[in-house]
Amino acid sequence: MTDLAPAPPPTRVYRHRLPTRIWHWVNAVTLLILLMSGLMIFNAHPRLYWGQYGANADYAWFAIGSTADTGYVRIGAARVETTGLLGRWTDAEGVEKTWAFPGWATIPTSYSLADGRRWHLLFAWVLAISLTLYMLWTALGGHLKKDLHVRRDEWSPRHIWHEIKDHARLRFPTGAAAARYNILQKLSYIGIIFILLPLMIATGLTMSPGINAAAPWLLDLFGGRQSARSIHFIGAWALVAFFLVHIVMVMLAGPVNELRSMVTGWFRLPAEKAK
Amino acid sequence: MMPRRELIVRAGGLAAALPLLGACDAINDAPAVRRILSMGEEMNRASQRALIDREALAREFTRADLSPVFRSNGTRLPPGAAYAAHAAGGFADWRVAVTGLVTRPLSLSMADIRAMPQRTQITRHDCVEGWSAIGEWTGPQLRRILAAAGVKDRARYIVFRCADRLGETLYYESCDMIDALHPQTILAWALNREVLPIANGAPLRLRLERQLGYKHAKYVTAIEAVASLDGIGAGKGGYWEDRIDYEWYAGI
Repeated sequence: MTDLAPAPPPTRVYRHRLPTRIWHWVNAVTLLILLMSGLMIFNAHPRLYWGQYGANADYAWFAIGSTADTGYVRIGAARVETTGLLGRWTDAEGVEKTWAFPGWATIPTSYSLADGRRWHLLFAWVLAISLTLYMLWTALGGHLKKDLHVRRDEWSPRHIWHEIKDHARLRFPTGAAAARYNILQKLSYIGIIFILLPLMIATGLTMSPGINAAAPWLLDLFGGRQSARSIHFIGAWALVAFFLVHIVMVMLAGPVNELRSMVTGWFRLPAEKAK
Repeated sequence: MMPRRELIVRAGGLAAALPLLGACDAINDAPAVRRILSMGEEMNRASQRALIDREALAREFTRADLSPVFRSNGTRLPPGAAYAAHAAGGFADWRVAVTGLVTRPLSLSMADIRAMPQRTQITRHDCVEGWSAIGEWTGPQLRRILAAAGVKDRARYIVFRCADRLGETLYYESCDMIDALHPQTILAWALNREVLPIANGAPLRLRLERQLGYKHAKYVTAIEAVASLDGIGAGKGGYWEDRIDYEWYAGI
């Protein structure tokens, strides 16, 4: 702003087509509801097992629980006290509660497995239908080829390492390069669309006794209903991790510009930096 | 690093936002929202009925897969002198009435039930809460009992009445004819080759494989063929369905 020389007119590019924008925001809402209602469902039995079966008498590789006065999280043999946050916490009325995840993190906020399941199972349909449509559009509508296809030269370890270093140093591309996804973005978006979200749906279906009768191979694929439940839980936190990195990147890359492009489609290219 | 003071201020801001969560609960409780939410169950039931073969079997396991301890849940000992007397007598006088839309109402003794052809299956019990246990169940197929009673064509549901109560009303459950006639739907009197323990539903419990645990009614006293679930309990088809909106179709 203090430069005396007139700035070159900003270059705008149409970066996100309508299906991408719709899917993005539908997902933002859907995944938040699925996460929070999923935490409610987990609260009904806050223990995870590997294999075909698993109940209280069996060894849980993961558990959130509470003793007489402390909340804890246990992963394998490692136990961390989490009083006030997980396992033992105080609700808005000052009442001490001992469910695994606190009410502010769950849908609904007061304990209701039935309602948590209703939200979760309805929005699972929203996720499954919108993901299927988006996958089809991505594959057939050119998005995959145009934006997500990893070019041969991008696969070189040197290039990948270079991108990782640039990311770690928060050096973001400018000019026309900013309009394209780099390899790390491509791999994470492909991973989310074609691996992680389908994995969440598949492990979710593996927990269904009805679907088990129709597709018993799902049990073999994931090693049993309780293994599927564990993978489903881990996958949920992988999505949370993706979300956090995603938000940090948006903040660093210019939240207004990024948000605008995900609403209107139009992205303002950051000006080339002076060499 | 965020200074500690700022962290506390932000945490306070978060606490101030907590009343917003009340708004979320108001959304959860709105009748229109509840109607929309129940669409999920409808879609699950319709899609599973469309995609899954009527006779598709739940997976059967081997004895090596049995849970070392088969967990019990819900009622572990039905209250009341009548049930206590039955338990003391080894359930020798327990009878199961088969009534409703049938041509030959029955009153089956435990001896009658044990004298019928038996099915033994090692299946996984999936509690709605998330845990699973694998057990070996033995008992007659419900379809044989229904055939013996001559279920009329008008019957659309089978209602199971139970001896246990949580609160005032007796536990009950129901299923449609597809699940009632399924080969793995049995009235089990044995678990892991022993007489069914009281905590698991002695002397008789329904096994409705392919649906969640609360559908597997314990302490069964009567089987009734009906054309509609209206007028039974609160009309939603089961004890928990009536009380806290568990899905009637519990296939997922």
